Amino acid sequence: MIRRVIRRRRPSFSRVLIYAVLILGAIVSVTPFVYMILGSLKSYGSVITNRFWPWWPFGDEPVQWQNYPEAIRTVGTDVQWGIPLFYRYLFNSALVAGITVAGTLTTSIMAAYTLAFIDVPGKNILFIAILATLMIPADLTLVPKVVMMFRFKWYNTYLALTVPFLVSVFGIFLLRQFFMQIPKDLYDAAQIDGAGHLLYLSQVVVPISRPAVITVALLNFIWSWDSFRWPLLVTRDSGMRVLAVGLQQFLAGEGGTKTHLLMAFATMVVLPVLVFYFFTQKHFTEGISRTGIKG
Amino acid sequence: MVGRGQSNLASTVTSHKAPQRPSPVRRRRRLGEIALGYALLAPAIILLLVFEFYPLGLGFRISTCDWRLGCAKFVGAENYLRAFKDPDMWHALMITATYSAISVPVQLGLALLFAYLLFQRIRGMQVFRMLYFMPYITSTVASAAVWAYLFSPDIGPINKFLESIGLPGQRWLSETRGIIPLILSYFGVQGPAWLKGPSLALISLIIYTSWVFVGYDIVIFLAGLGNIPKELYDAARVDGASGWTLFWHITWPLLSATTFFLLLITVIGTFKAFNHIYVMTLGGPGNATTTASIYIFNQMVSYNRYGYSAALSFIVFFVILILTVIQNQVAGRRVIYD
Repeated sequence: MIRRVIRRRRPSFSRVLIYAVLILGAIVSVTPFVYMILGSLKSYGSVITNRFWPWWPFGDEPVQWQNYPEAIRTVGTDVQWGIPLFYRYLFNSALVAGITVAGTLTTSIMAAYTLAFIDVPGKNILFIAILATLMIPADLTLVPKVVMMFRFKWYNTYLALTVPFLVSVFGIFLLRQFFMQIPKDLYDAAQIDGAGHLLYLSQVVVPISRPAVITVALLNFIWSWDSFRWPLLVTRDSGMRVLAVGLQQFLAGEGGTKTHLLMAFATMVVLPVLVFYFFTQKHFTEGISRTGIKG
Repeated sequence: MVGRGQSNLASTVTSHKAPQRPSPVRRRRRLGEIALGYALLAPAIILLLVFEFYPLGLGFRISTCDWRLGCAKFVGAENYLRAFKDPDMWHALMITATYSAISVPVQLGLALLFAYLLFQRIRGMQVFRMLYFMPYITSTVASAAVWAYLFSPDIGPINKFLESIGLPGQRWLSETRGIIPLILSYFGVQGPAWLKGPSLALISLIIYTSWVFVGYDIVIFLAGLGNIPKELYDAARVDGASGWTLFWHITWPLLSATTFFLLLITVIGTFKAFNHIYVMTLGGPGNATTTASIYIFNQMVSYNRYGYSAALSFIVFFVILILTVIQNQVAGRRVIYD
């Protein structure tokens, strides 16, 4: 009994070691973000001389908030709309992500509903065909898809950035699995009340499946925000770039030497998503551990 | 559900034979239901046909052509034959294989370690998991840009840190020399010239990749660990097992399905890796980090060789396919599914 009390007070050596390793891992995970944010608030001189904390109480440098407007200025102006290019990138990224999320949700919910609730001839074959596209790697279809964009005359337009991503097999699959778990009685009850499929879908199925719908929306948002190679390939004008492409071009150009501005740019790309993540992180991890699908 | 549906379907399709004709109202309603079902499926199916299945065929056609805006000349297997004689292609495949061979065990090993530690009734487990997962959800281009700064030879914090603990600074992403001579030279040893190892530039990319994906792998491992019945551990403890014995005899075998799944997708992931390599090194210095995906991209974008890069995509796809089959044969057999 006494030994137990002592053990509880003084954690064992292995327990301390476990926490030490876990904390070290957390430090490694977080440090790049710390450097990004601190770097975005330092003067150029402090960045290149590698002063970790040039502010009070270890230094007399004021916090360089002006790095942010300066970064936006340095990126340049969009001649087409007469606004800073950075805002155009932001607009493009938000538009593409918004359309992609709304589109994938719509097509996925519709398809998943049929797959879960309506008996149509050939349903199993269609479901297998949908799943089979998971086996087609994006790399394999990259060249022909670029060729298609030229043929459709979609090159350098928003159509090229959005339309190929309006369907998500991951979304269809996850939602179908979720819909299948909805008790059959609910449908029968709705039928007695005279509700057809569409009413049942919008009034019962979607509200009940909110967690799955949110997971699909969040992951598709992250993937869209992260996309880089495709927008790089199918756009030409700087006004058509998304944030990721704009940031890479900034890094390859002026931002390559102006590290403090580069960090400000990177912070502006990352921070909205991180804040978003802190409020919704359960949906991310649960969606991923349930399906294991990688973006 | 299925049973009821089938009977409905049968009564609709074969209604002329059925002894009792279903009422016209019911029949119309059933046809309406089928029409609605197809209508709901149509957008997804059409998009998949246009942007997945059709490009597969078109890609193969392009790969058999000298492609300029259209198929200028049918060249048969020439693009494929050329790939086998292309030393740059072999080099790119070697770089990809090295990248994969190092980063897959590093990622999975670290992830398993952290997941297992997190699983030991850790206080603040949710917080740790959330922090580990942060790199994965961060925009690749942004985090790659930050790491390019961290790795910077002159102003980078990593070199600053190394120097502060008395180790020499490195050129990281711009270092073409292999890591073995670099390590040996620190000890003042001149190794044999053939003993190079992967370039430090490639290792730097692997460090970044691990930073991104370990958190993702941890989440999957944690889900797998959660599925192992607690009673097994309790029973083994009663029999006097502890520590490593528990791990090797319960956790490792029962986690094998998860590990195998992660192994497959991580290998595929390393073969697809593009964004961060393009941002951090553009495949350089020289061609030290030109993986197959970078090489294919350059063939298409810089040289307009659409036919050739389409052929290369198919070759890389078959390499991945073969690797997957081998993994299935070698590792898949040892997997224990419950």
